[in-house]
Amino acid sequence: MTGAGKASVLIVGARSDIARAIAAQFAARGHPLMLAARGTDSLAREASDMSIRYGVPVTTHELDVTDLAAQAAFLDSLDPLPVCMVCAVGTLGNQDRDAKDPQAIRAIAEANFVGPTTLIEAMATRMAAAGDARAIIGIGSVAGDRGRAKNYIYGAAKAGFAAYLSGLRQKHVNTGVHVMTVKPGFVRTAMTDGMDLPGALTSSPQDFAKGVMRAYDRRATVYYDLRWRVLMTVIRALPERIFMRTKF
Amino acid sequence: MSFEQTLSGWGRWPRRACMTAPLQDRPVDPAQGAAIARGLGRAYGDAAMNPDMTLMGASRDRILSFDAKTGVLVAEGGLALADLLAVFVPRGWFVPVTPGTQFVTLGGAVAADAHGKNHHVAGSFGDHVLWLDLACADGTRRRCSPDENTDLFNATLGGMGLTGHILTVALRLVPVTSAYMIQRTIPAGSLAEAMQAFEDNLDVTYSVAWIDCLAQGAARGRSLVMLAEHAAPDDLIGALRDNPFSLPPRQQRRMPMDAPSWALNRHSIAAFNRLYYKAGARKTQAETVDYDRFFYPLDAIQDWNRLYGRRGFAQYQCALPLATSYDGLLALLDVISSAGAGSFLAVLKRFGDGAPQRPLSFPIAGYTLALDFALSPETLTLFDRLDEIVVRHGGRLYLSKDSRMTRTTFDAGYGAAADRFRALRRDTGAADTFRSLLSNRLAL
Repeated sequence: MTGAGKASVLIVGARSDIARAIAAQFAARGHPLMLAARGTDSLAREASDMSIRYGVPVTTHELDVTDLAAQAAFLDSLDPLPVCMVCAVGTLGNQDRDAKDPQAIRAIAEANFVGPTTLIEAMATRMAAAGDARAIIGIGSVAGDRGRAKNYIYGAAKAGFAAYLSGLRQKHVNTGVHVMTVKPGFVRTAMTDGMDLPGALTSSPQDFAKGVMRAYDRRATVYYDLRWRVLMTVIRALPERIFMRTKF
Repeated sequence: MSFEQTLSGWGRWPRRACMTAPLQDRPVDPAQGAAIARGLGRAYGDAAMNPDMTLMGASRDRILSFDAKTGVLVAEGGLALADLLAVFVPRGWFVPVTPGTQFVTLGGAVAADAHGKNHHVAGSFGDHVLWLDLACADGTRRRCSPDENTDLFNATLGGMGLTGHILTVALRLVPVTSAYMIQRTIPAGSLAEAMQAFEDNLDVTYSVAWIDCLAQGAARGRSLVMLAEHAAPDDLIGALRDNPFSLPPRQQRRMPMDAPSWALNRHSIAAFNRLYYKAGARKTQAETVDYDRFFYPLDAIQDWNRLYGRRGFAQYQCALPLATSYDGLLALLDVISSAGAGSFLAVLKRFGDGAPQRPLSFPIAGYTLALDFALSPETLTLFDRLDEIVVRHGGRLYLSKDSRMTRTTFDAGYGAAADRFRALRRDTGAADTFRSLLSNRLAL
């Protein structure tokens, strides 16, 4: 398993547990990895872990996705152009604190929407120019499906992100760039570690990543696991007057 | 980023609401209150529980380096042995020492100074640790090894996480040429025969006995002594010979619910034991089994701890010095069989020399007996009687399995080393920084 012949996969926001789990799935298939995030020293750990476990070459790339001016240089530095980009950038924020702080709202919008969409747009253009089949996987959130009192600033940014991906998918329907939206529900991660999550609705990052790969293999457009699809269909269907009184 | 959740050890008793947060790779902030690190929660009792703050460490599981020449692996403390084996067995490496489950972390194995079926030849887990990085009470991160911060190193091996948070572990793996074991079984009709079988086979790498703790009279202590070595490709048959690291697919079963409390009683267990012994006694030929089935038979049943019902269970594991082992074990078996309590999972094992330089390391040269019991008031009374016998014979209990021993029993078992450990905790500030229900109970 040297990864020879397999094309590279870029993981942006590589330190998150979901990104790690998806990266592991690609590496296990023999794809060399490009890991990008802020603070490459701590990415070195991810890189050694992946390369030792799966025997694939792994490179690390410094990237602050909210630094828009630096994005072109980052994309230029990728050699070769990856066959797939997974964008797992995002920050949950703290709803109660952020709601009182315009700067925090701006930061949430930049980290979850402005930064990722700018980067994905540029990447999609480059991938389309390359002409062969490539893919972009954007990690959204079920929080974007309906604004909830608990996390509506984050949710609003993720809703925007989902709408963006949907539009991009339509734009690239004939270019060979496949765009897939992934919406994790409750996944046991550092973000949710310790929360008393409802067991039936919670999956491990590893199980979730396997589901993502199955969806990727069949070129699905939107992936969330079945239980959440059912739940969110119900939640979305609730009339606003009823929804506003629920605790969900 | 902290949340409350209900935690318990593998025995599911005691259960307590604990504040939890992810264990971070950063210095301990002395201003924060006392905490304990937790891995996969496989200690049976209260070792990895602190209601005020329990730090969840199992997702810190990155492999940091591996030297294929020397077998030295460096990884974060949360790496599970199961993951380690999945990665390295196909490359011809195995863990030097493994407990009876692979769902333990490196940090947990260090904290317990875990032992395995090869203790009599390979010592305990700590004998294969080259160094470890510890987040200490004074806010420093210290590299500890047999040459560097030696006292801290020794106290950490077996120290139940009470000397600092174990962040990184360097472990020397051992080479193997297949994923299989050659196993043979020696039926032993009595305790004396079982012990003789151990003494006659001290050069065999792996040995362990299943013991029928309910057999009485002349059959007291009858056992199936199982001996094993790693298989070489030439020992394997057919296609395996060319593919010595390929494993059969393993069926994962799950214990779907708590067993009702009446399911396990002296009659059902005695009947099981009789059948199991007879079946084992017929199987005297060597057989080939994969490492998974040999080392981790119970791991195949997820949540097997529910077998003992909702009230939970406790494991009683003691070690007795060689000189008093026979008398002590007989006395223990007498009390257990006359109480009619017992379990399917009763294990006898010969220990090699212990590690007296590590104050809380459990193994001592002699024998160890481990038995699971469903929890009940009678069980706890029985355990108190067993404690008396163990102490009288100069033995001790294993902290990783314990949820109920008294400080008196602990001090009697570990002697002056217990106070050495307390002094180190006091002097390094660990006593105020790293605390668990276990350390409170035993005034560590």
